[in-house]
Parts: sequence; C-alpha cells; structure tokens
Amino acid sequence: MTTRSEAAPPGTDEAPARPARRRGRLVPYWLLLPGILWLLVFFALPLVYQASTSVQTGSLEEGYKVTWHFATYWDALGDYWPQFLRSVLYAGAATVLCLLLGYPLAYLIAFRAGRWRNLILVLVIAPFFTSFLIRTLAWKTILADGGPVVGALNSLHILDVTSWLGATDGDRVLATPLAVVCGLTYNFLPFMILPLYTSLERVDGRLHEAAGDLYARPATTFRKVTLPLSMPGVVSGTLLTFIPAAGDYVNADLLGSTDTRMVGNVIQTQFLRILDYPTAAALSFILMAAILFMVTFYIRKSGTEDLL
Amino acid sequence: MESTESYEPDSLSPAQMAALHRSLRGSPSGGPSGVLPGARPGPGRRSVLRAAGGGLLAAGGFGALSACGIPAAGKSEGGIAADDRSAKEKRLAFSNWTEYMDVDKKKRRPTLDAFTKRTGIEVEYTEDINDNNEFFGKVKPQLAAGQDTGRDLICVTDWLAARLIRFGWVQKLDPAQLPHAYANLSAQFRSPDWDPGRAYSYPWTGISTVIAYNKKATDGERITSVSQLLDEPKLKGRVGFLSEMRDTMGMVLLDLGKDPAKFTDDDFDAAVARLQKAVDKKQVRRFTGNDYTADLDKGDLAACVAWAGDVVQLGLANPDIEFVVPESGYITSTDNLLIPNKARHKRNAERLIDYYYEPGPAARLAAYINYVCPVDGVRDELAKLDPEAAANPLILPDKAMAAKSHAFRSLTPEEETAYEGAFAKLTGS
Repeated sequence: MTTRSEAAPPGTDEAPARPARRRGRLVPYWLLLPGILWLLVFFALPLVYQASTSVQTGSLEEGYKVTWHFATYWDALGDYWPQFLRSVLYAGAATVLCLLLGYPLAYLIAFRAGRWRNLILVLVIAPFFTSFLIRTLAWKTILADGGPVVGALNSLHILDVTSWLGATDGDRVLATPLAVVCGLTYNFLPFMILPLYTSLERVDGRLHEAAGDLYARPATTFRKVTLPLSMPGVVSGTLLTFIPAAGDYVNADLLGSTDTRMVGNVIQTQFLRILDYPTAAALSFILMAAILFMVTFYIRKSGTEDLL
Repeated sequence: MESTESYEPDSLSPAQMAALHRSLRGSPSGGPSGVLPGARPGPGRRSVLRAAGGGLLAAGGFGALSACGIPAAGKSEGGIAADDRSAKEKRLAFSNWTEYMDVDKKKRRPTLDAFTKRTGIEVEYTEDINDNNEFFGKVKPQLAAGQDTGRDLICVTDWLAARLIRFGWVQKLDPAQLPHAYANLSAQFRSPDWDPGRAYSYPWTGISTVIAYNKKATDGERITSVSQLLDEPKLKGRVGFLSEMRDTMGMVLLDLGKDPAKFTDDDFDAAVARLQKAVDKKQVRRFTGNDYTADLDKGDLAACVAWAGDVVQLGLANPDIEFVVPESGYITSTDNLLIPNKARHKRNAERLIDYYYEPGPAARLAAYINYVCPVDGVRDELAKLDPEAAANPLILPDKAMAAKSHAFRSLTPEEETAYEGAFAKLTGS
C-alpha cells in the first residue's frame, strides 16, 4: 500500500522525484531515533543488567559475581509457582470482567451517546486525575466490613455464593481474592474501554443499515458485523488490561491478604526485603517470558495479528 | 488490499469507490487498522532483521551479561568523610519519616526554627523516608559507590542502622560535639549490641511495639496477649500483625516465653510455626505497614500488634482505641540519627543531634509526636507543656514499663536472610 501511494503517476518525469524519495526513505528512521534511544537506555540496558543479575550469586557483603547459576530460575519457579498461577488467574478474571463491563459502555459511547459522548469519555478517564494509590485505598473504604456495600451483599446472600466459590471469606470482602480482582478491574477498566471505543467508533453506521436491509436482526448484525470489526479493539484492550494486571502488586498488597499475594508482591519482597536480587531478577524474567508466550499464543489464536 | 481489488465492479464512480474503501478500511486516512497491514515489512526483511538481532544478542548479550556484577559493600571502618563545609555553609539536609517532627498551626516547625535562630544553620528538612527497606534501596547505589547521598542526617530503625554501620556506610560521631546527647541519653538505649557506646548513632525516638484493639469491634472485650490474637475465635479474620519482621516475631517469641535478645534458630522456627497456624486458619487478616491505623480506626481490624506512638495519636481521635502491654513483655526499638558517608555538613548535623538532647526541645518534640522520648530529664519540661503526656508510660516509660521492655537481638547477615525469607513465606510471598 505504501509503495503504491508513493509511486509517481504514470507519465510524470521520474528524475526530480528520486532525491525526494531517498530523503523520504530516511525520514522514518529519524522519526524512530528518539524512541529507539529511549528503549535502549531505559529498556534494553536495564534488561541486560537484570539478565546478568539473575545468573549471579553472592551476597550484599561479598558482592555479586556472574556464575551462570541458572538453577535460580528453577528454584524461583519451584518456590513461587502458586503466586504465578494466582497472578494469571486474577489478571485473567479482571480482564474478563473489564471486557464485560467495558464493551457495552464503549458501544454506548460510540453509537448511542450523541452529544453526551465527550462527557462520558471524560468520565471514563476521570479516575486518572487522582493517584493510583488513592484510588485503590478508596476501595478499602467502599468495601469496609461494616460498610453499606458489604451489608447489602450479605443481606442478598451474594457473599454466601462467593464464599462457596472461594472468592470471599465469611461475611467480608476486603482481604479476599474478590477484593483484589475488583481492585484490578477498576484500576485497569479505562485501558479496556478506550481501545474498544476507538475501534467501535470507526465502524461505519451505514454497515448497520446495510445489514438491516439484508434482513439481519440486530443480534445478527452485532454478531456478523460489529463484533468482527471491533476485534482489534478487543485484542488490544485485553492485552492492555491483562499485561499490567498480571504484574501489579499494589492491589494485592492493599486489598488482599496472605493468600492473595501475586508474583509482583514476591518480586518486591525479594528485591527490597530479603535483598535476594538474583531471585527477584529471575522471577521478573519468568513473568516476562510467561506473558510474552501467552500474548503470542493469544494473538495467533484470535487471528488478528494483521490488525495490531 | 489485493483481495478487495478483485471485487471492484467497473460501474462504480470514483467517489463510490472511495466510500467502499473507506468502510472496508475503517477510516479515510487509513487509520491504524488500515495502514498497518501494508506497512508490515515483507517476510524477507523481517527474517533478516530477526537473524541479525539474534546474532547481536548472542554475541553482545553474553559478553555484557558477564561484565555486570555488583561489587562487595565497602568496608571502611569509621566511614568516609568528605571535607566538612559546615563552617562555610550554614546549612544541613535532614531526611526523616513523616509525622516525626513537631508542627504548629501555621505549618511551621517550632523546634527546628528555634535551632536555626540560635545557630544560624538552615535545615532542609525532607520527609522522604517511608519504609526502611525502600529507603535502603534508594540510598544503596550512592553509598555503595562511595558517593555523597546529598543528605547530612538520616533517621532509620535499629536493624538498618546496624547494617549501615556494618557496611561502613556511615561516619563516626565526634563525642566532643555531643555533650548533651552524651549526658542525657536514657540508660536503656545506651549500648545496643550493634553500636556499643553509641559511636555512630543516637536515637531520635524509641518505639514500643504493643497490642492495640478497637473496643467497639471486640464488643468491649479486652485483648491482653498475643495468644489471644492468635487463637480467639471471635477475632477470626480481624487480626493484624506488622510487616516488620522483628516487631511481629519478637512479640510472638515473647508470648512463647522466649527472650528476643537471645533466642535460637529453633525458637524462631517455633514462633514461625505458631504464627503459620493462625495464618492457615485465617485468623490473621493482613500483615501491614503503617496503614493498620486506618483499619483499626474503622474496626476492620479488631485487634493488632501496633506501634505505641500511633496508638496514642489514634486514641486522641477515637476513644474506642485502647492499648495493652502484654504480661509477657513488649518489643522496643529505636529510630536512629546517622550521618552517611561523604556528608558535607557533618559538624552541623552533630549540632542538631545535640540540640534535640536538650530537655526543652526534646520535651516539645515528645509532646507532639507521642513516641518514647530517649532523653533523660524531660519529665518536668514535658509536664509543663502537657501533663497528660508526661504521665503516659508510652511516652516516658516508668519503672514497671521499662522492666517489661525487650530488644530484638542483632542478626548476622545469614540469619537476616534466612529469617526474612521465612517471614516472607509466612506473609504469602
């Protein structure tokens, strides 16, 4: 496509176009330069440094030396696989919840909001005006044991069901898996809504009319037209939600308990408290590899590789 | 693109064609979804790039990996001094915890201002210490490299002070500059095993770790022992312990009848097992940092292990909050003032330490922050300012209180790693 649009229309003189084209070919690289430099300094270098740390042995007193001690990886995985599993589970649950909550809202903003569209978009982004920490701490007040939310859930016997599922514990929500998943869902919801909205907004309304003309019921129109066209948004939304949620530790720390700690908490503890830098670095790499693997699999599976 | 072209009927006008393209592609300018498929490099170029990248990684990566490494922590006995600019520059940078300095209604700091007025030394006071582990992570790179941290005075808890002294990352104090501090330091804080005779450090405050509970949340029941926290079925899921390993494990050790000043590995394992049982039966809600105060205030935590200074402050606002010193004893520790290596204003920092060991400023500070005052001879001064505070054994410990106090012994680096590891497992990570 790029080559075609750049190609000179037939019949024009090619000679003057050539230098412009050569300069034009370099422009993308110049545009890339700041980003590449940024990535190099703040991503590639730390990555190499952490990779090195993960195969070192030693202590703070003795210093650390690279000894190619790959067993750190096995030990870390052996000790902390429950936290890995939990991270994937919680992040997955939060992503599904985000999609269920976010899709109808994005659909509403894109097709039905009319003049309220901008206002609703601002409302979606509004939580970002305060700090991540404050937003999460607010949930401690919302879900407080004696609070109205927990009282209502209790009197509706919803907590009996979630307790039976193992998501809550007795008649409270705070310090249970449910609280952590709620926190994750809330904190990452805008990352789901915005990509969904941008891809839904591009869907031409006339396609809906055309589908109607061809006797498709609204549900069929949605299934055959709207949903497939919004898949890029679904894929990028789920990725933007799942990836940071899997590495998050703030929600598990503030809203969770001892049995809801995620891999982010383990890395933080290893790094700051136990000062076991190799294990912390190895855990980070395992997490990165796991996410990379899952994302690749997901993109292949959903067949939307071309649309990303 | 190719596929759409084969369906182009001849009869469509250019405008109709454009519209068809538009709806197929999504947007007229060929927004992200339209432009990207075309812009993707062909498989040839892509595989070349991939191969080149892989080669680079293989060649450069392994070299770079083995080049890294962290040098051993410096072992400079007595610390590294910089040329002291105290005489020329009348200032000093002081890093402290939040809520650790008296503040008046105009948001000024009276004791610090009085210090500046008397000595002419401007104090850059920063509340940038929130957590010992975090702060250590923050200053470690500079101190390990033998560089100035930009701080002349820092305030950290015993075990971190011990570590900094062990690494040789702090400077020895000059006793000649500290007459008040030397004379007025309370006997119980004079000789910790990690800094005998206080050669490197002076306490800013003493910290008592006690039990606190919310009367309303316990239905009026008094909580008087750690055993009760661990076993009482009524408290299930509403008990908190501190995420500071020494405070929590020290209290459990005391409850088991062991002395935190000289326990063994087996004692520690027994205490971990005791706590693990309570965690497994979901008696314990959370292991918390300073944020337990909000939970206790609301009643989400009915009872917890707590720092006495917080409890005094909390009790002023909420009459339901009570504290108890268990029969088995309580853990004391201190937050200590230290002068890091290469600090530029050591002499000024020492003047500030000495100033806060005068009874007047010490009493004013204690009346505001409500932590244990490590200075002897403040009782009269404090009684003048705040008779209630002077009578409170959590601020000025009486004989009975002092007799129950226990310090957690200092640990070897190996013990520290092992114990922190076991404790981390207990807390879920």
